[in-house]
Amino acid sequence: MSVKQALLALLEQGPRYGYQLRAEFEQRTGSTWPLNVGQVYTTLTRLERDGLVEADGADGEGHVIYRVTAAGREEVAAWFTTPVPRTQPPRDELAIKLALAVTMPGVDVGSVIQQQRSATMAALQDYTRLKRDGGNDLAWGLVLDSLVFAAEAEIRWLDHCEARLRRAALEKPAVPAPVDAPEVAR
Amino acid sequence: MSSVLHLNVVTRVHGEGATEVRALRDVSFRASAGELVAVMGPSGSGKSTLLTLAGGLDAPTSGTVSVEGVDLATLGNGGRARMRRTSIGYVFQDFNLIPALTAVENVALPLELDGVRTRTARAAARTALDEVGIGDLADRFPDHMSGGQQQRVAIARAVVGDRRLILADEPTGALDSETGEDILRLLRVRCDAGAAGVLVTHEARHAAWADRVVFLRDGVVIDETGTDAAEGLLESGVTR
Repeated sequence: MSVKQALLALLEQGPRYGYQLRAEFEQRTGSTWPLNVGQVYTTLTRLERDGLVEADGADGEGHVIYRVTAAGREEVAAWFTTPVPRTQPPRDELAIKLALAVTMPGVDVGSVIQQQRSATMAALQDYTRLKRDGGNDLAWGLVLDSLVFAAEAEIRWLDHCEARLRRAALEKPAVPAPVDAPEVAR
Repeated sequence: MSSVLHLNVVTRVHGEGATEVRALRDVSFRASAGELVAVMGPSGSGKSTLLTLAGGLDAPTSGTVSVEGVDLATLGNGGRARMRRTSIGYVFQDFNLIPALTAVENVALPLELDGVRTRTARAAARTALDEVGIGDLADRFPDHMSGGQQQRVAIARAVVGDRRLILADEPTGALDSETGEDILRLLRVRCDAGAAGVLVTHEARHAAWADRVVFLRDGVVIDETGTDAAEGLLESGVTR
């Protein structure tokens, strides 16, 4: 996740110190991806090293204030005008689990699918409840919608997997031969 | 706790012999006051059969369907029709409004058919249209309304006269995602106000508005998520 770009974008709105950055990040994203303060300061140190932010003294309570540099502004502009790359799909445990389940004898793929569908549906109900109670915070609402659509996509994919498995079972009633049987005569 | 809708070990068989289709097999299902229940399943899973049985539009081969404690089989055709006008509200995917009637006339129709005086029925219809947010469109014809507005009229028609069971068959099917969400929000509000709702859908995002989600496959309930009825009641009714 791009903590670096997110913090830079927040700094573009004006100089801030670490705790403020964390609070604003979590307010906009509804604490969906919690940041610890250590992470914020490590990132700020790295941004400073790369010349994208600079320390600008401290406030009365000793918090170091950071401000964005010209190079930092360019970085933010580039972030907003470039699509998020999709070339490296994140490792998807569910897809991996199903890919293995369909090839292993003795695994009840149907119940793997149904258990997941129920669990994802329960999560989707929770997100929807949050939406209902959530009021009008636009930024957090959009993040929730993203979670809603992702959960929905997962359920649709599970429905699709189930339909494909059923069709495969109808076409080939026998259990597929395990891969580790090389000496079977052809 | 009494259920507004109760299907007790219901089986529905269409046809016989080689062409026999068991649309529902020993399905038991409840929807209580204040609760929205979603029924999800692929086509052919039996979800539409469940809804037509619940609405008294079809009768089970075996088992009983009760609405507000009355076994629908004990009513004649006239009695069931009356039940549909007074206790059960239906919301369809394609709205099913009568094009020659204005919004308020469409909503008042079930009441007028039931013998309520026109003026009283129209007043109730206007209130129902206000409640779904389109009181200002009461005198428009369906053709002069957007899909979302027409579905609001259909929901007003389904709840007018204080009906306590709302059956919705893919009510958001023809609407874009934001308008569809408004419709679900409305259904939700009606259920929070004390109605029992059954929502049939194949869209997970819509089913997620329900308190419980029931999964149907090949006419059998295979799984269920969400709070149980008692918890649902506590959340939406008792604490108010």
